[in-house]
Amino acid sequence: MYRYDRYDQELVDQRVAQFRDQTQRFLAGELPDEEFRALRLRNGLYIQRFAPMLRISIPYGLLSAKQLRMLAHIARTYDKDYGHFTTRQNIQFNWPQLERVPDILADLASVEMHAIQTSGNCIRNITADHLAGVARDELIDPRPYCEITRQWATFHPEFNWLPRKFKIAFSSSTTDRAATRVHDIGVHIVRNADGELGYSIYVGGGLGRMPMIGHRIREFLPEADLLSYLEAVLRVYNRLGRRDNIHRARIKVLVKEQTPARFAQLVEAEWAQLDHAAFRLTADDLARMRAHFTEHPYEPSAAADVSFDRAVANDSAFASFVKRNVREHRAAGYKVVFVSLKPQGVAPGDMTSAQMDLVADLAERYSFGEVRATHDQNLVLADVRQQDVHAVWEALRGAGLATPNIGLLTDMICCPGLDFCSLANAGSIGVAADINDLFDSLDHLHDIGEIKLKMSGCMNGCGHHTVGHIGILGVDKKGEEWYQVTLGGSAEDDASLGDRTGPSFSREEIAGAVRSIVDVYLEQRRDEEETFLQCYRRVGMAPFKERLYAEETA
Amino acid sequence: MGALIRNGRIDDDDVVLLGDDDTLPVSGRAVVTLARWLAERETLSALAPKVGILLPNTADLAESWPAIADRDLLCLSFPAFGDGRAYSQARLLRERYGFAGEIRATGAAVVVDQAAELLRCGFDAFSLRDDQKAEAFIERLAAAGTRRWYQRPAQVRPVFEERRGA
Repeated sequence: MYRYDRYDQELVDQRVAQFRDQTQRFLAGELPDEEFRALRLRNGLYIQRFAPMLRISIPYGLLSAKQLRMLAHIARTYDKDYGHFTTRQNIQFNWPQLERVPDILADLASVEMHAIQTSGNCIRNITADHLAGVARDELIDPRPYCEITRQWATFHPEFNWLPRKFKIAFSSSTTDRAATRVHDIGVHIVRNADGELGYSIYVGGGLGRMPMIGHRIREFLPEADLLSYLEAVLRVYNRLGRRDNIHRARIKVLVKEQTPARFAQLVEAEWAQLDHAAFRLTADDLARMRAHFTEHPYEPSAAADVSFDRAVANDSAFASFVKRNVREHRAAGYKVVFVSLKPQGVAPGDMTSAQMDLVADLAERYSFGEVRATHDQNLVLADVRQQDVHAVWEALRGAGLATPNIGLLTDMICCPGLDFCSLANAGSIGVAADINDLFDSLDHLHDIGEIKLKMSGCMNGCGHHTVGHIGILGVDKKGEEWYQVTLGGSAEDDASLGDRTGPSFSREEIAGAVRSIVDVYLEQRRDEEETFLQCYRRVGMAPFKERLYAEETA
Repeated sequence: MGALIRNGRIDDDDVVLLGDDDTLPVSGRAVVTLARWLAERETLSALAPKVGILLPNTADLAESWPAIADRDLLCLSFPAFGDGRAYSQARLLRERYGFAGEIRATGAAVVVDQAAELLRCGFDAFSLRDDQKAEAFIERLAAAGTRRWYQRPAQVRPVFEERRGA
């Protein structure tokens, strides 16, 4: 994985000192509230409903065992012994004290981590496929490009005060596992007809209160020209993005108001005038960055293992884990193991310090010392020899991290909701628990198959509800929590936004409504192979609507 | 109004900012809005020292540049602490149009916490916000002059290029 050189370390250390100074000036009354707010947000620090919240950056979701142990240390020392993994592959701590945040940042800097630009109207963490480097359907490892982009975006002097936050995601495989088309910029690494590497650029996707799917504004951009093109997009946005209304300030609104074709022309015109040579990535630049992400030394002998198949045949609980939480690896004899952060009764994405330490140990022992965070709020041990998967499973199971539900209904994405967030209208974690209770029979779940249920506590859509196969949005009606339901959203290659079912449901009704939706699916599907999303696209909203609102009309 | 910082120190502010209805001439150097400049360019061009222009941060330089290319003072505006449009204007003036005169930062973002970015994007004069301490700002500018950046352009070589030389 990427290791800091002295330049990276120097910049992160300087930032810690700068934030310490800003915090001291704020506490001494020398820095106005509103300005300290903007500055602390650029270091990931929010002031929430009950306490500050600190969001720490995990570039493209990749962590070393050492870094994960540091997160455990932070949870123990500065927080209530747990952290919350987010839908952008970052981690949040909900209870740090403002005065101690500079110390947390210093601890992070000691393991090449930071909270830079994890909030505020600037370029945020660069995200990518959590299976980068091991997926079989991958064209090329996207992480060197992510790291190049991360560095370009870090402390960019021109783009630190944008109209609104700005999110960039990379994908380079036939299945988009990074939800790139609901990002401000989605970069798809591709080859053109001549076999040359480059990028397709999508702009203007986003969730929140105006969900939109990104538009492709450039079919092929040569590999060397990534940064100049990003610079052109950001400059057009910085100059022309709306600043009069926070809800109209994302780039998606500019793209829509200009039309994608006209927006593309603006970018191309800006790009044409940039000094391309100054930005161009040389072969050496790319080689130097790729050298940080070389393939691990996989053992050819791992492929000879027979114990894995035997264990699957003999142990039904292990077999169930393998079916749901283990994926194929590019190297023979290796598997990708998902660590589920969605056990029953725990807020999705939450992890205790003891669990973090355990996963760090497992990573060191079995997976080349690396862990990945996914945008579905789970973790991945990406390089486990198949003969070791059983041991990893047993260790995970002992810590409550082996719920066999990856991709299933209870593997839901969920924001912190009213329980923590000062923006939320409604609790999402409690509803998640209710739905879990309803579907507590895992056997039943296996019959249902893959359903992405995503839930947000407010219009800002941190829980990505609009691209959930089933989406749930908390709304406030005269002080009461209500829930709107959408069906048929997707964040993958076939990206689409969900359709509203109709009037919203009360707190008491919502879990039952999800139950009805699943029942209709089970009745309507052609066979077990037809997924919820395929079924919904075939039969449409009518049968679901009929069931959901049957009682009211009766 | 706060102090004017130029050439790394507090400097005499010789500029008089004129409203669109204020009468001419004035003693000292006048600065007028872009709108007034465009409307009265013939008269204003005759004044010495040269009249400076105050550009709104919405001005499209592709349009305005021919009309202001012969000036030696351009003031850019930061109407709010978090409104970064003038950063793009400053870079465009320096890098695309080759403007070599003074680019002065004015408004709510001319504070110690943005000194490094301002310098980096091409500003070389800073009309400090009222509540700012001049000494602290000067210190910050001096530190910023040697600070490393990933990006171009840089007062010091950007990190990408440093690595190539390594």
